[in-house]
Amino acid sequence: MNLVARDLVLSFETSCDETSVAVIENGNKILSNIVATQIKSHQRFGGVVPEVASRHHIEQITGCIEDALRDADVTYDDLTSVAVTYGPGLVGALLIGVTAAKAVAWAHNLPLVPVNHLAGHIYAARLVEPIEFPAMALVVSGGHTELVYMPEEDKFEIIGETRDDAAGEAYDKIGRVLGINYPAGKPVDELAHQGKDTFKFPRAMDSDDNFDFSFSGLKSAFINTVHHADQIHEELSREDLAASFQQAVVDVLADKTQRALKEFPVKQLILAGGVAANKGLRERLTKEIASFKDTKLELVPLSLCGDNAAMIGAAGEMLYRHGARADATLNADPGLEFEWLADEAK
Amino acid sequence: MTKTIRVDSANQTMAIGQKLAQYLAPQDLILLDGDLGAGKTTFTKGLAKGLGITRPIKSPTFTIIREYQDGRIPLYHMDVYRLEEGGADDLGLEEYFNGDGVNVVEWSKFVADELPDHYLRIVFRRDDSEGDNVRKLTFEAKGDRFEKMIDEVLGE
Repeated sequence: MNLVARDLVLSFETSCDETSVAVIENGNKILSNIVATQIKSHQRFGGVVPEVASRHHIEQITGCIEDALRDADVTYDDLTSVAVTYGPGLVGALLIGVTAAKAVAWAHNLPLVPVNHLAGHIYAARLVEPIEFPAMALVVSGGHTELVYMPEEDKFEIIGETRDDAAGEAYDKIGRVLGINYPAGKPVDELAHQGKDTFKFPRAMDSDDNFDFSFSGLKSAFINTVHHADQIHEELSREDLAASFQQAVVDVLADKTQRALKEFPVKQLILAGGVAANKGLRERLTKEIASFKDTKLELVPLSLCGDNAAMIGAAGEMLYRHGARADATLNADPGLEFEWLADEAK
Repeated sequence: MTKTIRVDSANQTMAIGQKLAQYLAPQDLILLDGDLGAGKTTFTKGLAKGLGITRPIKSPTFTIIREYQDGRIPLYHMDVYRLEEGGADDLGLEEYFNGDGVNVVEWSKFVADELPDHYLRIVFRRDDSEGDNVRKLTFEAKGDRFEKMIDEVLGE
């Protein structure tokens, strides 16, 4: 018998475009983290896979499980639990991960732990260093823009969110106007670093006394600016447009986060989600956190900002210790949300 | 049958959505087409308000479908823009179209093959000669029920 107890989670993530399976040891060490992107599937299958197709996940999932176990050098018998993202996300995509996780848990008599995708994004931080509580997370991605307060490790409370578009989505939409394909986050970030904030787009909700975000007014201002220039055949600097847009997004995110930190003092601020890879945002928060002496900034490493199963395993291990369990009736919940702090207070 | 109206502000667009909501029943399908920033989501916000939904209507672009269950009848708000390259047949749209709520679909051209025979389509167009906020809304009814509905919502 093995004298050193190893807690091994086999985790699944299929909420959107990525198929991912990972093995995580003791909640914080990545033994394997297989992420099948569209590019890989394109190479493997020699055909274009539709951007949103659960078929893509079906084709990838068993291969990903095999690769994850092999890379981690473990077998099903070594596992402690199975963790899976059950929402939020695309229902058809989520169902593949949920179904695969249920099958593995049932076949190998392992406990099944349901994980909120956003808890996963936040817990990616744990794969670098332990999270200290109370903590705050700014989760920014293609589908989410949320400020989450965590008084304890298993408590997630929304204190602010977007009222319309998510930050990443705003990037994709103005990317469309600039002729940049989805996902536009990285190219726009790169363009922005070559330009200046010359257009001074509106900073939405900056003056409101809450922690909510809004990006649809910024999007309209951007579109109107480009549109007017087109009409009089004037060419605008793409670099300056990108820089002005990015500056407005970063200002709003940083401003609301600072305000939240003042009202909810925390030991750690975690920047997580796909848009956490944005250089402009990382630079800005790094600068701003200096005025909060008791708060450390944890930037999730670029390799773990996108969707991946390692982060689900990191959250899954914690939730398992707190007794989270699901059985064969577990279903995908595409609209899954954390509680609002205000709801609990009512 | 088609009818075109002019609106001067986002508030007017919302008000029309709100009025339309009174006439809607489960399985009704509303298609919203027009460029980015033309007012599709604004219209949906009004429609949701008219259905008694209090949660904020967030963009469905990323998850493709957002469900709102807290109104008079459920609202299923879909943005199928990301299905430009296919994949619509995997979504199970017909389950929503034959389901228990009102269905609002943005960028419907990308799921043209999946659409039933009867629907109300609204096309949003900017009118550049009149500034940033003016829109022309063209209502196109397929089926008697929706023809009557636009008469009632927009007036004869």
